[in-house]
Amino acid sequence: MIPAAFDYKRASSAAEAISLVSQYGSDAKFLAGGHSLLPLMKLRLAQPAMLIDIGRVKDLSYIKDAGNHIAIGALTRHMDVETSKVLHEHAPLLAHAAGHVGDAQVRHRGTIGGSIAHADPASDLPATTLALGATYVVQGPKGQREIAAANFYKGFLESDLAADEMLIEIRVPKMQGAGWSFQKFNRRAQDWAIVGVAAWRRKGEAGVALVNMGSTPILATSVAGAIAKGASISDAAAMASNEADPQSDLNASTEYRKHLASVLVRRALEAASK
Amino acid sequence: MTITENKPTNIIGTRLLRREDPPLLTGEAKFTNDLSIPGALHLSVLRSPYAHAKIKSINVSAALKIAGVVAVYTGKDLQTAWAAPMPCAWPVTPDMKNPPHFPLAIDKVNYVGDGVAAVLATNETASRDALDAIDVEYEPLQAVVDLEDALSDKNVIHKDLGTNKSYTWPLLVEETPGCVEEAFKKAKYKIKERYVQQRLIPMAMEPRAIAAVPQPFGGDITLYSSTQIPHILKVMTALTLGIPEQQVRVVAPSVGGGFGSKLDVYAEELLCMALARKHSAPVRWVEERTENTQATIQGRGQIQHVELAADENGKITAVRVRIIGDMGAYLQLVTPGVPLLGAFLYAGVYDIPKAYDFSCTSVFTNLTPTDAYRGAGRPEATYAIEMAIEALAREMKIDSFELRKRNYIKKEQFPYTAFSGLTYDSGDHLLAAEKAATMTDLAGVRAQQKKQNVPGATKLLGVGMSSYFEMCGLAPSRVLASLNYSAGGWEAATVRVLPTNKVQVITGTSPHGQGHETSWAMIASEKLGVAPEDVDVLHSDTAISALGLDTYGSRSLPVGGVAIALACDKVIEKAKLIAAHQLECAAEDLQFVGGTFSVKGSPDRALPLAAIAFGAFTAHNLPEGCEPNLEAQVSYDPPNFSWPFGTHMCVVEVDTETGAVKILKYIAVDDCGNQINPLIVEGQVHGGVVQGIAQALFEEAVYDSDGNLKSSNLSEYLVPAASDVPAITTGHTITPSPTNQLGVKGVGEAGTIGAAPTVMTAIIDALSSLGVTSMAMPASPQTVWKTIQEATRGGKK
Ligand SMILES: Cc1cc2nc3c(=O)[nH]c(=O)nc-3n(C[C@H](O)[C@H](O)[C@H](O)COP(=O)(O)OP(=O)(O)OC[C@H]3O[C@@H](n4cnc5c(N)ncnc54)[C@H](O)[C@@H]3O)c2cc1C
Repeated sequence: MIPAAFDYKRASSAAEAISLVSQYGSDAKFLAGGHSLLPLMKLRLAQPAMLIDIGRVKDLSYIKDAGNHIAIGALTRHMDVETSKVLHEHAPLLAHAAGHVGDAQVRHRGTIGGSIAHADPASDLPATTLALGATYVVQGPKGQREIAAANFYKGFLESDLAADEMLIEIRVPKMQGAGWSFQKFNRRAQDWAIVGVAAWRRKGEAGVALVNMGSTPILATSVAGAIAKGASISDAAAMASNEADPQSDLNASTEYRKHLASVLVRRALEAASK
Repeated sequence: MTITENKPTNIIGTRLLRREDPPLLTGEAKFTNDLSIPGALHLSVLRSPYAHAKIKSINVSAALKIAGVVAVYTGKDLQTAWAAPMPCAWPVTPDMKNPPHFPLAIDKVNYVGDGVAAVLATNETASRDALDAIDVEYEPLQAVVDLEDALSDKNVIHKDLGTNKSYTWPLLVEETPGCVEEAFKKAKYKIKERYVQQRLIPMAMEPRAIAAVPQPFGGDITLYSSTQIPHILKVMTALTLGIPEQQVRVVAPSVGGGFGSKLDVYAEELLCMALARKHSAPVRWVEERTENTQATIQGRGQIQHVELAADENGKITAVRVRIIGDMGAYLQLVTPGVPLLGAFLYAGVYDIPKAYDFSCTSVFTNLTPTDAYRGAGRPEATYAIEMAIEALAREMKIDSFELRKRNYIKKEQFPYTAFSGLTYDSGDHLLAAEKAATMTDLAGVRAQQKKQNVPGATKLLGVGMSSYFEMCGLAPSRVLASLNYSAGGWEAATVRVLPTNKVQVITGTSPHGQGHETSWAMIASEKLGVAPEDVDVLHSDTAISALGLDTYGSRSLPVGGVAIALACDKVIEKAKLIAAHQLECAAEDLQFVGGTFSVKGSPDRALPLAAIAFGAFTAHNLPEGCEPNLEAQVSYDPPNFSWPFGTHMCVVEVDTETGAVKILKYIAVDDCGNQINPLIVEGQVHGGVVQGIAQALFEEAVYDSDGNLKSSNLSEYLVPAASDVPAITTGHTITPSPTNQLGVKGVGEAGTIGAAPTVMTAIIDALSSLGVTSMAMPASPQTVWKTIQEATRGGKK
């Protein structure tokens, strides 16, 4: 429970944070809500020499209607995403999923940017933003760039973010009244998903992404493709794991995970089609 | 100065709020690690990452260079610090094998978490950093993880013992020699089942914490420990360290749960004391959560083979049980005795003849030692007989409740002398079971089940039940002697009425969440006619409460609480003599009601206890030969165990597509005799039921084949939270215990004993139409789903 020694700097703006991280290089880590990073440090699985605290960069905590999409600042807490009126109107799937992250304490500390930057396949918001076709805006010493969620996740806890880049905004297309469902299957209400499904459906169109079904969040393109071609929900759901490569752990074998994915995708699409 | 008035309180049986809660809820309560101890050194223990390995070498030089590190010790360095190996107080058989066990391993480690080196530093961070700097060279050995493997002795862990078998303890009771075998031959119905009690991690909310504070002169030492057993710990640490007992004082500050895991003498307690004396400085230690999962005892860990024979009506005619018990790497304080505590209960609440053949063989494994965990032996026994009853009902194709009714010991049979010779003092199983059925709306649920569980349905309803006896209130000392236990089962109490009529109760029980301060104050209040808030309850410090045997085995009320009532009686006896003297009447002419003595027939000739207490203090006018002061001490040895009982029922819905189990209704009807405080009784039942549900659905210490604990933190070891368990409906019947004046029985373990079989029988009931007849614990979604797959694939498997 006692992390290895580290240094600490607090940044008051994104620009300051990026200049600090450039200065300290790969030994430095951003600290946002700390709810993924600090547990790893306390178990000494992560031992960064320098923490750059971005938790108080206030101007990166917002949820705005930007016309076609909703713009969410990277440091917006899960609780604010869960309770946002703008999101309830235009991207209710995301607000709902945020309400299923951990418990109330976690949701008051953890940030959407931290969750996405951490790129944990078992986390709820990476897959949900992936299903919604979100774009992530990142800023580095050379300026800003936009990355489609579908191109962002590279491997287990690995993303397209460079060490000196910071995620600053998440852009979520408006759902335009699409039906949706978030299925989180776990043994205890406050746990990570054993398997999770974020799905939306609008007539012949659908978006489905899977939580904890591989080393990254998984976009179930076969399912969406089948729906687009007019397949029945259960036929489409049978393809749930086509893009997935789930691991075995204490709660679920690979086989059971694949089975759960098809049951949950079917249930999600049924709910989204109502 | 206010003199407390005496009046009847009628407090017993009321839902008085717990006086313990405000300090606990506001954070004012001080746990061991909250104590501020200037100059304390911090201990950290380096633990073995291997389940079984030789220690080739240990290099501590880098660790010693870290700023703040004061010393590093290996097992070899401390070999001479111990007067004796760590204690096991329950040598269950004369030939029981017990390998020497020291606080740090000397040349071989025997489980993941076994202590290898101890660091002392001026601060916690330095002592933690030093662990990473110690270089240990191990030679890994094949680990023994599986119980049946262990029994085969292919790989012997403690070479000097020549075997992994610690003991075999038989209990064969036959009316005539060979009658068990004969009963099985003649039986119309027979079942033979195998159950596995998975290992469980007790997971008290407060991990263990210790501070040993030596006195500068004279060699006295005070041990603060998050323990359930300050009194036992005092004797045992004195013996193990070779310190005269009177120089050791043990204090248990606020203790955040134990469930048996703090009923032990631990390596770290001995290390803190030995090193505090060596360095003439306080030494403290606090456990990390992962350490807690590895280095604090675990519970359960049994394979049970159960056979029942029954006649054409389903009357049980014989019981045969074979247990393999998992001791872990070493024997801790009462490790070998745990299966014995259940040995008498494999016939459950049923009336069986003298045809009982029980035997338990316990083995060493390269896993964390096991020991008593809430219920200790009795949940295992109850699970086995209740699951076996279900199997017998399936075999006979009759309703299992009906089968239970045919076998229950009947109300008229109490006091009932069981096959074992034990006397079950009171009970009414049918009454409790029928009450549970009514509260469950059993008929309604069965009707709903018929409608819902149709072919193709994916949400299946099931109803489960279990009826139990909780043999508790440990224990009559003579019975413990017959089981070869090294101590007695009495409890001590002192009741003292101060000059202002305030009352001090000093108890040998050692609460760690049970609310003794509230309940014991209620007993004294009722007895003496003083308000409960005028009663102070002192405990858990051997300098204040010198005698006691502490808290475990649902003993505190039926033994410790009764001792308090008896001490109150003694106080009243003495006060009566003083009252008679002052009222100038014969003691026999006095009555004592609501705290006041009055002459029978002339109520105006009266003296309240307050006046007598003050008079006993001034000692101006006492009868000839009467000592000043009003106090009395009692050591009470119970004549019998206490026998709470009850029936639990629950309704589950199983999602056959995912394997998820949802408990829709949970009904607990418990009979713990008279209830001192029903609010506390409900709390105990709720907590116990949740722990039983946890065994059924959530918890398991999972080891891989190399003996690594895979579930070593709270995200992998699934302790259920409030959001994961159903609302629990409690009901009760009241059958007062005839063996003590309060009519009370224990209730601390009842919920745990009743719950696991209740949930498991419900799941099997739900899935019976799919051909499911057994289910492993915990019934995780994956396990349930796989079991359904295997059953529905039919014979193909
Ligand atoms: C008990 C518990 C239960 C949880 N349950 C769930 C759950 O059910 N579902 C779920 O999805 N999550 C769960 N979480 C994780 C939680 O959602 C975390 O808050 C989230 O994953 C990380 O966000 P954070 O702000 O805390 O990031 P931090 O822990 O501060 O950082 C995580 C990583 O991201 C980097 N980082 C943070 N912000 C940025 C940024 N803006 N730009 C670049 N890099 C950045 C950090 O350097 C670090 O490497 C749980 C956490 C806990 C402690």
